[in-house]
Amino acid sequence: MSAFLELSLLTKTFDGPSGPVTVVRDFDLKVARGEFIALIGHSGCGKSTVLSMVAGLTEITTGGVILSGREIAGAGPDRGVVFQSPCLLPWLTAFDNVMLGVDQVFFKASKADRRDLAEYYLALVGLADAMHKRPAELSQGMRQRVGIARAFALSPKMLLLDEPFGMLDSLTRYELQGVLLDLWQRDQKTALMVTHDVDEALYLADRVVMMTNGPEARVGEIVDIPFPRPRDRRALLEDPHYYELREQLIGFLTHRSHLKSFPPVATAPPVAVMTPAA
Amino acid sequence: MPATTRAPGRLDSILRAVARNVGIPALAIALFLGLWSIAAHNIKVSFGSLPGPAAVVTEIGNLWQEHRSEVAREQAFYVRQVERKAAFLAENPTGQWTERKYAGHPTFFKQILTSLETVFTGFVIASLIAVPLGIVCGLSKTLNLAFNPFIQLFKPVSPLAWLPIVMILVSALYNPPDPWFEKAFLSSALTVALCSLWPTLINTAVGVASIDQDYLNVARVLRLGWLAKIWKIVLPAALPHIFTGLRLSLSVGWMVLIAAEMLAQNPGLGKFVWDMFQNGSSETLAQIMVAVFTIGLIGFALDRAMLSLQRAVSFGAPAR
Repeated sequence: MSAFLELSLLTKTFDGPSGPVTVVRDFDLKVARGEFIALIGHSGCGKSTVLSMVAGLTEITTGGVILSGREIAGAGPDRGVVFQSPCLLPWLTAFDNVMLGVDQVFFKASKADRRDLAEYYLALVGLADAMHKRPAELSQGMRQRVGIARAFALSPKMLLLDEPFGMLDSLTRYELQGVLLDLWQRDQKTALMVTHDVDEALYLADRVVMMTNGPEARVGEIVDIPFPRPRDRRALLEDPHYYELREQLIGFLTHRSHLKSFPPVATAPPVAVMTPAA
Repeated sequence: MPATTRAPGRLDSILRAVARNVGIPALAIALFLGLWSIAAHNIKVSFGSLPGPAAVVTEIGNLWQEHRSEVAREQAFYVRQVERKAAFLAENPTGQWTERKYAGHPTFFKQILTSLETVFTGFVIASLIAVPLGIVCGLSKTLNLAFNPFIQLFKPVSPLAWLPIVMILVSALYNPPDPWFEKAFLSSALTVALCSLWPTLINTAVGVASIDQDYLNVARVLRLGWLAKIWKIVLPAALPHIFTGLRLSLSVGWMVLIAAEMLAQNPGLGKFVWDMFQNGSSETLAQIMVAVFTIGLIGFALDRAMLSLQRAVSFGAPAR
């Protein structure tokens, strides 16, 4: 099978104060077209570094990323990035923030078409009435909606989401998870999302990739999330299978993430209680 | 009722704040004027006594009267010239009439205008050099390191040291048959530019170098070209810093201008002070004091204007 996105033996080494530090070593992952992958792990384990390498914002030390048959070189609008802070330009309105990218990517389209496109995505994320406000006038959740609209409006080949809802309160987070899932289903985008929220991963992802603790972090276990789509959060919470999977993810994070090798079948090995390396 | 109990309390605190913020400066000014009057009565200088506040106020009136009568003389001169031209052409229709310019001396108020023109010319030259150079230095560590020694070396140089060099260079290089500006004007403006470009240069470079990496990532993800990146991301993001620099530059420029005009004999406030000093009449000191207060007030007004510009381009808290 040829994967749509292939992360091949990705390694990232930084120059630390006391010699080079390898944050991620030999990170290997294949992603099918249209798949939603959640990448979880302890904070500081290097999951954001992996995402940033795929985005082209962090240089890859060794290894490579192949997206639809081509190796990526540098950042580009074919990968829509949603950052943890939406990083909107404060001197532009929500609409102009989206237009900045749209003008750049669809420079051949007419001005009217480009405006329609930006308005369409801003309306889809629920900002039809607030699109001409500056970021300072928008709530945190509304700003992240703009960030999502900006990423989708460029019709990228795939989406990269770096803890996009990490700074939001839980109600807003649930709402925005719904918005994201709607757009993802509508546009059939391949998505790679970094999160540390187990429930978010279970609600959104087709597969959850768990990373071992850094340094030299890599793929620990991969769990398939078989719930049918479209997903309903309430139905999910009533499914007994949900808690088994949740237990499995939390078990990895608390007991197994510090291990350097894994049995081929992901069953919980008997482990003495050890605190994972922070 | 909380509303009724709070209202008089608030009014009270507002009144107290007004009394303090207006009262204390007013008291200080009154004290200053008093001390000045006492000093004026007791200090004798070579051409009479030190003028007190009243003498300075009288002198403002005198300077204004002088300005009015000079303007009237100038108008009368041009009216006469038109009459004479008509008479001359009536007598010899084929004759060549040469127009003459009024040769009266510039008044204090004209000199204020000249000074403002000069400082703005210098300031615009400085900004046109400093902002682009600052952006380049902020974006490139290499260029920043290359320019840094020159910035450190030339920044503390006094305008009085630059001026002779500038004057000699202007004399050597600026000799058009029909000059747009006087050499003195050009020398003064260039000296202002040389001394005032450093704050803008340094602040622009710092502002550009400290742009949030997130904003630059937006440019990278969108693959903006370098011109679009500077125009759409770098410039707006660094604008608050740039305006801080421009504000400092303008106040440095205004300070430098007076010295430059004195030495270059540019017909502005600096030359006014110098001429009055050379005059040594009994009004000299009062006139110089009027000039000092004028210089201070204009400097204050320029700073306020730049401050409101600076506030207009700061976008509150950055959106995160």
